[in-house]
Amino acid sequence: MAKFKRKIVQVLTAIITNGYLPGFIKGDIYRGNLKRFCVPGLNCYSCPGALGSCPIGSLQAVIGSAKYQISFYVLGTIAFIGTLLGRFVCGWLCPFGLIQELLHKIPSKKVRISSKNPAKYSKYLILLVFVIILPMFVVNVLGMGDPFFCKYICPAGTLEAGIPLVIMNPSLRQAIGFIFSWKVFLLILTIIASVFIARPFCRFICPLGAIYGLFNPISLYKLEVSSEKCIKCNKCTKTCPISIETYKTPNSPECVRCGKCIGACPTQAICSSFGFKEKEERPKEIEIN
Amino acid sequence: MKKGLRWILLIASIGSILIGVYREEVLTVLVKAINICLECVGIG
Repeated sequence: MAKFKRKIVQVLTAIITNGYLPGFIKGDIYRGNLKRFCVPGLNCYSCPGALGSCPIGSLQAVIGSAKYQISFYVLGTIAFIGTLLGRFVCGWLCPFGLIQELLHKIPSKKVRISSKNPAKYSKYLILLVFVIILPMFVVNVLGMGDPFFCKYICPAGTLEAGIPLVIMNPSLRQAIGFIFSWKVFLLILTIIASVFIARPFCRFICPLGAIYGLFNPISLYKLEVSSEKCIKCNKCTKTCPISIETYKTPNSPECVRCGKCIGACPTQAICSSFGFKEKEERPKEIEIN
Repeated sequence: MKKGLRWILLIASIGSILIGVYREEVLTVLVKAINICLECVGIG
């Protein structure tokens, strides 16, 4: 039931954040005031249906502009959402996360990669280099930097914006070249990887997931494990698509809050909560004979 | 400890958003978002 509820929220969020239907008909994008605001998940603002702005695209746009070096507005927005929800956004509110999950449902041999695999740190490197350093320092004569992550990496942009706009727009079709082919190649790689590995983009590439992950240990939305009930059977780790040892690290930066561990726990030791309060653990009673 | 940190982060993030609005960063976001981002598409 919880799994079904999450899927409904994911689909509804994808529809609401990409609800500008004329865009898909005309091959154009929404140009209204809602685009002042960032959506919580990674959703390209050049998707024909996008009603809001992508936080990572916006961050690069402000950093790469001639006027600013840093974006208080976008970083503040990400920090606010991160403090409230952490990577709950990835598991429940991100359209590209939903796409990867649907691809992973395609029947095939699945590859499990440990949550301790050092490849998880690559997303922090991408955040630092492609989202912050390059747009800030590699600038043209006007002092403007490119959004390097969007330009050279982001497969969500290729899928949600690049392909639909190029199909529907003859002038854009004429302008495509090597970078478009490179981005389509990365998209195909992401699609193939998603069939075999759970959420490969979220785990190894996504700079937004990297930021939200840092908030997981302190966000208001959190997982809690009762040490009284936990029998350390490791079922949570086996059920977790990212192989997190939930009973040891319930608020790991890698956890996308899918909640599968909650349903899998045979003793109901794992629960989620939202708020400032920490669950108080009662010390185990010691039997004295 | 964590409770205090959460409050600090919430207040700091709201403050940061307000500073960004005051500095008119929102306009930069809006201008970028209402024009087709050629880099996102894979052309720019």
